[in-house]
Parts: sequence; structure tokens; C-alpha cells
Amino acid sequence: MEILSLLLNGFAVAFEPLNLFLIVLGCTVGLFIGAMPGLGSVNGVAILLPMTFLVPPTGAIIFLGAIYYGAMYGGAISSIMLGIPGASTAVATTFDGRPMALKGDADKALVAAATASFVGGSVGVILFTLFAPPLAEVALTFGAPEIFALMLMAFATFVGLGGDDIPKTLFSICIGLVFGAVGLDIISGEPRLIFGDIPGFFHGINFLVLAIGIYGIAEMLWTIEVSQGDVMISQATLNIKRIKATLRELLGTWKTMLMGSFLGYFVGILPAAGATPGSLMAYGVAKTIAKDPSSFGKGNINGVVAPETANNAASTGAMLPMLTLGIPGSPTTAILLGGMVIWGLEPGPLVFTNHPDFVWGFIASLYVANLFSLLINVAFIPSFIWVLRLPFTILAPIIFVLCIVGGFVPTLDMHDVWLMLIFGVVGYLMRKLDYPMAPAVLAIVLGPLAEPALRQSLLMSGGSFSIFFTRPFAGVIIVIALILILLPLLKIIYDKKKKPTPAG
Amino acid sequence: MRMAELVMGLVMGVFSLYLMWKSAELPIGWIAGEGPGGGAWPFWLAVGMLMSCIAIVIRWAKRITPESRSEAPFMDSRTIEMFALNTGALVGMVGLFHIIGAYGAIPAFLIFYLRFMGRHSWRLTGIFAVATPVFMFLFFEIALQKTLPKGFTEPLFLPIFDFFY
Repeated sequence: MEILSLLLNGFAVAFEPLNLFLIVLGCTVGLFIGAMPGLGSVNGVAILLPMTFLVPPTGAIIFLGAIYYGAMYGGAISSIMLGIPGASTAVATTFDGRPMALKGDADKALVAAATASFVGGSVGVILFTLFAPPLAEVALTFGAPEIFALMLMAFATFVGLGGDDIPKTLFSICIGLVFGAVGLDIISGEPRLIFGDIPGFFHGINFLVLAIGIYGIAEMLWTIEVSQGDVMISQATLNIKRIKATLRELLGTWKTMLMGSFLGYFVGILPAAGATPGSLMAYGVAKTIAKDPSSFGKGNINGVVAPETANNAASTGAMLPMLTLGIPGSPTTAILLGGMVIWGLEPGPLVFTNHPDFVWGFIASLYVANLFSLLINVAFIPSFIWVLRLPFTILAPIIFVLCIVGGFVPTLDMHDVWLMLIFGVVGYLMRKLDYPMAPAVLAIVLGPLAEPALRQSLLMSGGSFSIFFTRPFAGVIIVIALILILLPLLKIIYDKKKKPTPAG
Repeated sequence: MRMAELVMGLVMGVFSLYLMWKSAELPIGWIAGEGPGGGAWPFWLAVGMLMSCIAIVIRWAKRITPESRSEAPFMDSRTIEMFALNTGALVGMVGLFHIIGAYGAIPAFLIFYLRFMGRHSWRLTGIFAVATPVFMFLFFEIALQKTLPKGFTEPLFLPIFDFFY
């Protein structure tokens, strides 16, 4: 009851005219920043942080929280419409969102993404309200072995992601992880894998360079090959009847939504994990538990729902350790944390007692921001659909330009643009030979998290891998990961046994 | 397609060996007090890449994958033409970024693509060739303060920045 009363007070703060205006403004700005290739919530929050000094601290964090939410919704738009993940959190949405758009179901994919984001965000914020302190304590017990086990589980799901050709999937994972290791060795600080001594490799390979190369350039080259350069207009319509049909279809995905929400929320709480691993794991799990896993990657609505619920739930989860313990769960929350410190609001357990208006006003604003993000997103769907109706010979050069600019903006380095072009061309050639590219993109995102976790774990155990089995949380996760890795093999054995012999 | 499958497997195998050699520039074994050397992680991953390539070539030899059985050409002449035109235009645009900057290269690319490849009217081509860089400038440079390359056209933008700031 006490929580309910505090939450109601929070709503009174959130519904103050200035705060409500900031929520609507934040959601709209965030939606467009998230939809722009190369820019995500972290860019939006970082760029607009200085502008928040014009309003009181509570309004400031409400505005930044709304941008965060809006950007999480917006990331799905470029994934679905252009096949270019706007941010790492929306990579998994591309896998099925883009094929749905190509089939003429862009409206369906956008409505599914918006609804799933709303469900994920709502579940996330409810869990946030109810279980903030105990969940933060559990997450805090996670050390390097547990983090690595979690990463291994994410990689294990990739084996199921890549289709049937396991060697090509493993190759894709390994090359993604190697590209993630380019730059400076995190422990010794020495340069590592600096190809041809080119200075651009010192800052590593940004995941967006590979992601835009694969899902932007390579995807466009593939589409041009399929269309043979002919004028190709994507069929996409939006009307109330189709929205209703999509919502009915979405009711059938409730299991995926719940799985994505809970998984995403918990992964979001983990320090240094955030929404990206959460959305990738949710996609992998959705595919693993699906009755028709082969339809994933070809436009299965569950493939949009799972990552979108997870990344929104995770974005809320990531705020939990930030607010209660002063530990950010993602890069965006790290910037929010910085903002709180600047505003004189020291995050930690005491913030709940010292600044209840601020904390509960912020929590209540998350409910409101989630609802407004949904409404604003749905209102703009017709504009997004209009883009798809453009002739392909107009859409293609615009997408190419967005890819090039999107590849340049994160690091402001032309080296990355050239690298992106190379990845795009090689990715297109490999795709023609059925090499799955998704695991490489996912691996380059997770590699920089997995390597330090593995090295710290081995340092803790003096080089023994037994540390991953002797710690309870790590042990359970590793066993699940091993089962997932062995699953294709077990399936082959099962199928062989099931197949009747010619004599039988 | 069958030949392409083999060539890709072999090329990637050689690339894996290069990565193993490159990773070994840093220690790949155990360092007392420091744990695994800086090269260990990429080295063993490159080993994983090599093993995968060996498996791909073995499966090619046994004709297990659809690509290893396919006798269809990897690219027909029309595909090669489209591929060359598109990648050529992209390389040209990125190259021009260094010389005339984004705001010269983007219109040039759009004019080439829309007018000469897409055969759209000069009017439509002109609208996109002007509107796209203007939008890019306002969104990236003014709203988000992310500077795009300008090459030798840099001084031309100074009065515009003076106007906005």
C-alpha cells in the first residue's frame, strides 16, 4: 500500500504541466533520434543533457527518461523500414522485421514492434516499482564468471540463430568476436590486431560499422540483385482493419512477450549488460522454443516481438541499479547517472528517502512516457509506410546515403566508412553462399563484454575453467548454454532415430 | 556456385591463419599474475574460424550443402553489371567525401543514381539532390552538432555556422 501511495504522489509530479510537456517532447525527439541509423538513446541523452539545465532536476531526468524510452521505440523503425539497425539494441529486430517489410507487412511489423515495446516497457516498469531493491541485490552478486556464463548463453543461442549450417554459424560467431577484439588490449593496453598499422584500427571496430555494412549495404546489394535493377515498389498499407488483425495476431504471442519482458528486465539489471544482450537472448530463446524455428529470419512476428519486449524491459531494468545503487546498467543510464550527480541528486539507497518526490515522480513518468511513446509511434506509422511506397530507385540511393552517414557519425572517422563498405561487399558475397551474418554482428557487440569477463574469471581461479561450474548461478547458466550448443546435435541424433528404416 | 563455395572456404581459411599469426604478436599463453595474454582470446577464436573453414571444405567435398551441389553461376552478367555499378557509385561517393566533402558528394551520388541509373526526371532528381544534403546539414550539424566531412569546401560553411551560432 505504501508503494501505491508513493506512486500516486509520483503521478501527481509527472502530470504537472511542465513535466507532461517534457515527457511528450522527450518521447517525440527520442523516437526520431532512435529511428536515425547510427544514433541511439545514448546519443540522444548525451546530446540533450546540457539542455536540461534549463528545467528543474525532476523535470530534467523525466525528459531524459522520455528520450530514452522514445529512442528504444524508434530503434525498431529503421530496423524494419530500412533494414539498418539504428542502435545495437535493435539489431535483433532487423532479423524478422526487415523480411516482414519486404513481404509488404511493414505496418504489421511496426505495430507489433510498438505494441511489444509497450508491453515490455510496462512489465519492466511494474517490476521496477515492485521489486527494485531485492532484484538489485541479486544482480549485485553477479561477478565476472556469471557475466561470462551469460554471454556464453547468448552465443549458444546464435547456433540456433544461423540456420542449419553449423560450421558457417560458428565461423560467423568467431569472426565477429575477433573483430570485437581489434584495438587496444584492455589489460595490457597494447595495440592488438592493427591490420597494416592503419591508425583507424586503434579505436577498435564499432559494431555499427559491421551492422550497417551487413544490414545496410549488403542488404541493398542483395535486394538490387533480386530486383535486377527494375523499379520495385514495396507494397505496404495501413488501415484500421489491418491494425485490428495485427493486434489479434499479437494476442497469440503473449508467451513470447512475457518471456522477452522478464528476460530483458533481468538482463537489463546486470551491470554492463543492458538492452542489447537482453534482446538478442530473447530472440534466441523465442526461436528455440518456437514450434516452427525455420520461419525465424523470414518474417516471423515473434522474431519482432521478442527483442522489442526485451529491449524495452531491459532499458527500464538498467535504471534500477542506477537509481538504487548508483551503478549504471547501460551506457545511457551511465549518462543519466552523471546528470543526477550534476543536479545534486546522489544516487543510491538514500535517494528514496531523501528525494521521494524526485524518485517516485521519475518512476511514474516512466509509465506515462511508455504510453506516450506508443501513441506517438503509432501516429507516425503512416509516414513511415509512405517511405516504403517510394520507388526502389529512389529509396536505394537514400538508404545508401543514410548508411554512409550513419557509419561516419558514431566515430566521425572516414576509416570506418571504408571499412563499412568492405564489410558490406564481403557480407553480400558471403550471404550469397548462405553464411549467416547475424551471429557476426551479435558477436561484435557482445565480444568486448565477454572477453574481460573470461579473463577476470580465469585470473580469479588461477587459470581453471572449473570456476564456471562451481559457482551456483554461473554453473546453472553454463549448463543451459551447453545444452543449447548441443541442441542441434541432439536434434540430428533424434531425427536419425525417428526416421524409419527402409525395411521397417 | 560450387566453385565459389570452395574459394570462399579457402580464402577465409587463409584469413584465419593470418589472424592467428597477427594475434600471436601479443602473448597467447598464461602470464603469471596477469592471466591469459592479450593475444589469447583472438588467437583461439581464429583457431575456431580455421576449424570451421576446414569443416566447410570437407562438407563441400562431400557435397553436403546446397551450395556445394549447385552448378548455377555465382553471378550472371546482369548481376555483375548491377553489382559493379552500385559498388562503383558507392566507392566514388565515399572517395569524394575526402575531396569535396559530404555536401558535394551526396548530391553527385544522388544525381548519378536517380537520373542516370533510375532514369527519373531532372525535376525529381534536383529536389532530392538539394533537399537531402540540406536536411543532413540541419539535422546532423545544427541539431546534433555532428560534423560531416567537408573537404576543400570547408570555408564555404563558415558564414552558415556564423549565422546559426
